[in-house]
Amino acid sequence: MHFRKTLAVGAVAALLSMPGLASAETLTIGYGSEPSAIDPHYHNLTPNNSMAAHIFSRLIEQDEKQRLTPGLATEWKAVDELTWEFKLRKGVKFHDGSDFNADDVMATVKRAPNVPNSPSSFALYLKGKTFEKVDDYTIRIKTEAPYPLMAVDISTIHIISNEAVDASTEDFNSGKATAGTGPYKFVEWVPGDRVVLERYDGYHGDKPEWDKVVYKPIKSGPSRVAALLAGDVDFIDNVPTIDISRLEKDPNLSLSQGISNRVIYLHMDQFREDSPDITAKDGSKIKNPLLDARVRKALSMAISRDLIVERVMEGVAIPAGQLLPEGFFGVSPNLKPEAYDPEGAKKLLAEAGYPDGFKMKVHGPNDRYINDAKILEAVAQMFSRIGIETSVETMTKSVFFKRASRGGPDNSPEFSFVLVGWGSGTGEASSPLKSLLATYNKDKGMGSSNRGRHSNPEFDKVLDEALATVDDDKRAMLLAKATDIGIGQDQGIIPLHYQVNTWAAKKGLKYNARTDERTYAMGIVTSK
Amino acid sequence: MSVFIIRRLMQSVIVVAVMSLIVFVGVNVVGDPVDMLINPEADQAEIERVIRDLGLDRPLHEQYLYFVGNAFEGDLGKSFVFGESALKLIVQRMPATFELAFSALLMAIVIGVPFGVYAGMRPNAISSRTIMAGSILGFSLPTFWVGLMMIMVFAVMLGWLPSTGRGDTVEIFGIEVSFLTADGLSHLLMPALNLALLKISLVIRLARAGTREAMHQDYVKFARAKGLSETRVILVHVLKNIMIPVVTVLGLEFGSLIAFSVVTETVFAWPGMGKLLIDALHNLDRPIIVAYLMMIVLVFVIINLIVDIFYSVLDPRVRLKDAGQ
Repeated sequence: MHFRKTLAVGAVAALLSMPGLASAETLTIGYGSEPSAIDPHYHNLTPNNSMAAHIFSRLIEQDEKQRLTPGLATEWKAVDELTWEFKLRKGVKFHDGSDFNADDVMATVKRAPNVPNSPSSFALYLKGKTFEKVDDYTIRIKTEAPYPLMAVDISTIHIISNEAVDASTEDFNSGKATAGTGPYKFVEWVPGDRVVLERYDGYHGDKPEWDKVVYKPIKSGPSRVAALLAGDVDFIDNVPTIDISRLEKDPNLSLSQGISNRVIYLHMDQFREDSPDITAKDGSKIKNPLLDARVRKALSMAISRDLIVERVMEGVAIPAGQLLPEGFFGVSPNLKPEAYDPEGAKKLLAEAGYPDGFKMKVHGPNDRYINDAKILEAVAQMFSRIGIETSVETMTKSVFFKRASRGGPDNSPEFSFVLVGWGSGTGEASSPLKSLLATYNKDKGMGSSNRGRHSNPEFDKVLDEALATVDDDKRAMLLAKATDIGIGQDQGIIPLHYQVNTWAAKKGLKYNARTDERTYAMGIVTSK
Repeated sequence: MSVFIIRRLMQSVIVVAVMSLIVFVGVNVVGDPVDMLINPEADQAEIERVIRDLGLDRPLHEQYLYFVGNAFEGDLGKSFVFGESALKLIVQRMPATFELAFSALLMAIVIGVPFGVYAGMRPNAISSRTIMAGSILGFSLPTFWVGLMMIMVFAVMLGWLPSTGRGDTVEIFGIEVSFLTADGLSHLLMPALNLALLKISLVIRLARAGTREAMHQDYVKFARAKGLSETRVILVHVLKNIMIPVVTVLGLEFGSLIAFSVVTETVFAWPGMGKLLIDALHNLDRPIIVAYLMMIVLVFVIINLIVDIFYSVLDPRVRLKDAGQ
C-alpha cells in the first residue's frame, strides 16, 4: 500500500484529489472485469489473458491489431510441412533475475495444458504439438499434420520461468511464482479491490511508460464513469454507449475508440424440419422456412443495419457483411453489408412460398453484448415489416447460452433464431468459420458454436483445405472463399455489425485501441 | 437459558440443512456455468472435459450427496471460477462487508434514534414533519439510484469524497479494516450512508412511534411528577423503553444489511462478499452461491439468538425459555 502514500499525503489530499493525473508515474485504471487468477495458465479468458500480458511475455506477441510480432522468439518459420522452428531472444531476464532460455519454454508447455481445476485450459492450443529443445535458444515444434495456425496458437501462451513449473495457481496469485519477462512486475492482488503492477526496467521491448499501474475492478458501468469523472481513476474501459456523447463533450476527458474483432450476428435453425419457435400466422405447424436460403436472404435484406448502428448503437458500431472487418487475415473482398431492401425481401419471401410471412420467436442474451436486447428488438420490428410476425425473448447470459447451445433434445440447440456475437481470438477468419459455420462434428472439434447447424460439404472441404495450407497467401484466399460460400451463397448466418469499443481517459492520455478488446497499460500513453 | 440456546441451535441445524437442499437444487437447475467459464474458441472435447471436471455430468442427487458429504468436513465446494474453496473466498471478503454493515448500523442508531425521539416529542412541529417526510424518501428511493446520485454529487461535482473502492486498510488481529485510516474512512462514508439510509428511516419511525406512546404512559407522568429533569426522563425512562422494538428490528435488519449489501457494494465497487455473490450469480459460480446463502442463514439464526438474549437484558420481565415446554 506504500504506493498510495506517495499520492495521498493525508486524507485531505485524497479527498480533494483534483482532476488531472493522480501522480505523473502512477496510472490507475478502472476496468470492467476482473481476472479470476494471476496464474497465466489457469483460465483462458480475456480478463486473465490481458492481465497476464503485463507480467509475462509470449514467444510471439499480438499487436493492437492482432498482427503477430516477435516476442521472446525473434523469428520463426516452417522448416517443412510438419516442423516449425523458433529462434529465441537472447539476453532476456525474468523479473527474479534468472535468464530466459529454451528450458523455460519447455517448462511452460509442460505446465500450461495441465493446471488443476482450470475452468478453460490452454490445452486447446498445445494439443497435437511436440516440443523439442534443439539448443538453448532454438525450439522445434512437430505436428502430425500440416498446421498453419502454429504461430497464432503459440501467441496465446505466456512463458513462465522453469522454476515455476510445479507452482500452483495460488503461488502465482500470491506472487511467489509470479516472475515473468513482461513489461510490468507483479506487486499484489487483492481480489475484488486491486491489482498492483510495477515497471520492470529490464524489459526487452519498448520501455513501459508508468512506474506503477493500479487496476481497480469496477463492474458497474455508471460507477466506472463516475470514478473517472471524480478523478479516482485515470482511465476506464468499456464505456457504456449511452455515456459516450456526454463524455465526448467533457473538456477534461479524451476518448479512444477502435473496431473490435467481434461480430454480432444472427444464427438460424438449419437442421430441423419442424422448428420449435416457428409457426404459420394462425399458429399451425409449418415446415421450417429457415431451411430455404432465399428466406434467410430475405431476412438479411429486411434489416437496416445503418439504422441499428445509428439509433441503437448510438453510432458506435460498423455494419457487417461477414465475420471479421476489412483488414483482417482471410476476409472476403466480395462481401459487403447487405443493403436494406424490404420490398426485395418481400418478393424473395413470396418466391420461397411465404407471401404472407410466418410467425417466429427470436431469442438473445440481455447482458452479454453491447445493447444486445435492444438490437434484437429492433431486428424483430424490421422483420414484422416484411410480414414475419416476430416476438422477442431475451434472458440473462448464463441461462441463454446453455439453452442456445444445448437446451434441446440430445443436447441440440433449443431455439430457432438467436442473436449472438463472436470475437476472433486468433485475429483471422478461420476461428469464426470453424466454430460457427463448419458442420457440427464433435470428433473433429468443428462447429462447436454452430447453433444453427449450418452444414455444407463444399464449405467444409474448402475450410479443411485452408486449415491444412501453410502458405499464407493461399490460405487467405481459401478462407475468403469459404466465407463467400458460408455467408454469400448459403446465408449461413446473418452478420449485423462489428462492435466498436470505447475507452475513456483523462485529458492528456490516449489509448492505442485493441481489436481484441483488451485493456493494456502498455497501450495507454501520454499524448503530446 | 442454556437449554434454550442449545435447543435453538439444534433447530438452526435443521434450518440450514433444509436450506442447503433448496439452494442447491435451485441454483443447479438454472443455466450452465460452463458457457460462462470457457473460452468460446474451445472445441467440444474441451467443453466436455470442463463439464466432467466440475462434476456437472453427474445426476443432481449424486452431486448433492457429494456436496453434503464434503460439507460435513467443512468443505462447501470449490469455486468454479477461482478454483479455490468457496468458504475461504467468502471469509476473505467478509471483513469488508461486516465493516460496511456495522457502520451502517451505527449510523442508523446514531442518526435515527435522536431524530425519531425528537419527532415523537413534538409531533406537530414543522421540523418533525420534515424529518418524517425525509424518512419517507429514505424508504422509497431505490438504493442504487441514491448511491449513484451520491457519487455524482459528492465525488464528481464537489470532489469531497472518493467515488469507489475501499481505500487504505490497516490490519487489526489479522483483519483488514479501513475505518482506522483517514483515507479508508473517507471511502467508507458514502457506501455506509447509502446502505444505512433505509435503516435510518426505519429507526426514525420506530423511535417516533415509541416515544409518542411512552410520553403518555404513567411512568413518564410519574417521573415528571417526581420532579426529574426532562433530559433524565427522556434519556433514561423513555429511551430505555423504546429501545426494545428498535433493537429487535435492527437485529433482524442487520442480517439483511449483510445479506443485501449487494447493491451498495456493486455501485461503490466495495470489495465485500456481496460483490462476490453478484459476480458468482453472473457467472453461475454455484459453489459460491450455495456457500454464501448457507452462511447468511447461519448469520440470521445467530442474530436472532443474540436479539433474544438482548431482550432479557433490556426487559427483565422476559425470561428465555422454550415455548414448547
